Amino acid sequence: MNRRYKYIEHTADLGFKAYGITVEELFVNAAEALFEVLVALDSVRARDKRIIHVDSIDLETLMVSWLNELLYHFEMDGFLLQRSQIDKMASCSLQATVCGESIDPARHEIRTTIKAATYHQLYVKRLNDLWESRVFLDL
Amino acid sequence: MDGHKLVFIITAEKGLVMSTNVAIKKLDDYRWIIPRSGKMKTEGLVYTDEAMLATIKKDASLQQVANVACLPGIVGRSMAMPDIHWGYGFPIGGVAAFDMEEGIISPGGVGYDINCGVRLIRSDLDAAEIRGHIPRLLKALFKNIPAGIGSRRKDLKVSGKKMNELLIKGAQWTVSNGYAHAGDLEHIEEMGCIPGGNPEYVSEKALNRGKNQLGTLGSGNHFVEIGFVDEIYDEAIAETLGLHKGRLTVLVHTGSRGLGHQVCDDYIKLLLKASGKYGIDIPDKQLCCAPIKSTEGKQYLAAMACAANFAFCNRQIITYWVEETFQEVLQMGPKELAFDLVYDICHNVAKIETHEIDGHLKKLCVHRKGATRAFPPHSELIPQCYKEVGQPVLIPGDMGRYSYVLVGTKTGLMETFGSCCHGAGRVLSRHKAKKAARGRSIIRELEDRGIYVQSAGKGTVAEEMSEAYKDVKNVVDIVHNAGIGKKVAKLKPMGVIKG
Repeated sequence: MNRRYKYIEHTADLGFKAYGITVEELFVNAAEALFEVLVALDSVRARDKRIIHVDSIDLETLMVSWLNELLYHFEMDGFLLQRSQIDKMASCSLQATVCGESIDPARHEIRTTIKAATYHQLYVKRLNDLWESRVFLDL
Repeated sequence: MDGHKLVFIITAEKGLVMSTNVAIKKLDDYRWIIPRSGKMKTEGLVYTDEAMLATIKKDASLQQVANVACLPGIVGRSMAMPDIHWGYGFPIGGVAAFDMEEGIISPGGVGYDINCGVRLIRSDLDAAEIRGHIPRLLKALFKNIPAGIGSRRKDLKVSGKKMNELLIKGAQWTVSNGYAHAGDLEHIEEMGCIPGGNPEYVSEKALNRGKNQLGTLGSGNHFVEIGFVDEIYDEAIAETLGLHKGRLTVLVHTGSRGLGHQVCDDYIKLLLKASGKYGIDIPDKQLCCAPIKSTEGKQYLAAMACAANFAFCNRQIITYWVEETFQEVLQMGPKELAFDLVYDICHNVAKIETHEIDGHLKKLCVHRKGATRAFPPHSELIPQCYKEVGQPVLIPGDMGRYSYVLVGTKTGLMETFGSCCHGAGRVLSRHKAKKAARGRSIIRELEDRGIYVQSAGKGTVAEEMSEAYKDVKNVVDIVHNAGIGKKVAKLKPMGVIKG
């Protein structure tokens, strides 16, 4: 797999497609795609670790819930993801370990803010042994 | 992304962000019809002219007008204002009304920023005399009004019982807590309170997000803008609104912040389940909805009202700090400033309203997403002082050009459930705007034109540059010429703070 995610342009907002050999990898890559919109990921250090649980209705809505849960952590105390690992995964729930740090204005320049990951034209699917998801963000 | 290593890989996917082939027929110079086809329960009506239609066709927003026409219980047409662009589920600039018995309520028809809106404050100050103080005023406003990520004022934190009261009472709360005068309420849409708010239906997460964000501007296209009345189109109406050529004005544009975003996300999740439960066929998950009379529908309406009420308070508190800042910087008292709220209006909301349908009065749930209410003279729901002229409609343009004040009309009430456009509408994506701004100083370019900008993020200024938006003049001319709004005045900016 040579590309973990790519961005899709949208007049008012922005979307991305994320990929993964496994569904866990897909979710990890989608989280990185999300935070790369917010900040230069290589400026974030893994100083802090959080365990995150997310429940949803199905795998697609689980993707949006996961991303919005990460945005919630960012909004509440400026927590920026550097990397994540999915510890447990089911069709409607997941548990992840997320490493990152709280925003430091001296080192992190916020590129753009994100209101939410949306359900618009959302999909999570498996195509020829590769998982793929498309998500649009409301900026 | 200037200055960063990352290069975005952009793909324009056919049939996704590109226009779909929706048939559209000219009705007259400013009205275009999308005829019924497939599952559409009614036709679409788009307010535009030929030139703007060419821009609109570049994205899939016309398909979204057709999608909304497929929803159960829609009354009248699925409409779009000239500032229409591709949104999530409903298009931005979309207006649709639903029957209270057969119809639905959809969080996607309101949007993430519930009651994002704008208010206009007029003053007796001569703008020319204040021009020299603009940089100082902006600096002080930027200090006093939290803008951008995580910024907040330590002297205002509302939670628990107080928060619940605010979510139920809306702007009335700001009166009881000393942030507004009782007389201000009449100058706010719905008297600053959407009835039926019930905090029990607002999640803990939404409340958590809200408690630190009351009185914050946020980022993106939100702003506080100091400007002046540049041109008057209707002297008598402008006089009634207190607008005089050359006098200073302030526009405040923000919404319900994280609390509203969370309410939207929570209820999309709930209503996705409800759509299945009630057998509603939706072409896109973001259009998920529930019957208005269902438990889920009622819960969303109760939570949405809370978020809308939060937004009314947010704009009022910011206004209080704006006035305080002017007093402090200009060393003037409130009488000298003579700040008065002209009006405060919602851009993203669903409301229960009574409209005349085929000669009978009918209660409807009107969704306005990126659209404003625009009620005509003598409407019961507008302030006594504006009874003869109609409800003020505030249309902010981009920060480099101008904004407009209109009033609602009878034609608008008959055709659009009393709705009008809300702004300019983007033409360039944020990425393209940043690309266009590369190697330029947008801030200096604006200063050369007499507009000072202070922003929390450098990126925001590039994203929000004039070229990224349609010329709001063209949008306003269409609604004026179509007769669904009446031009009253044009405002020009002198200074802007952004998140």
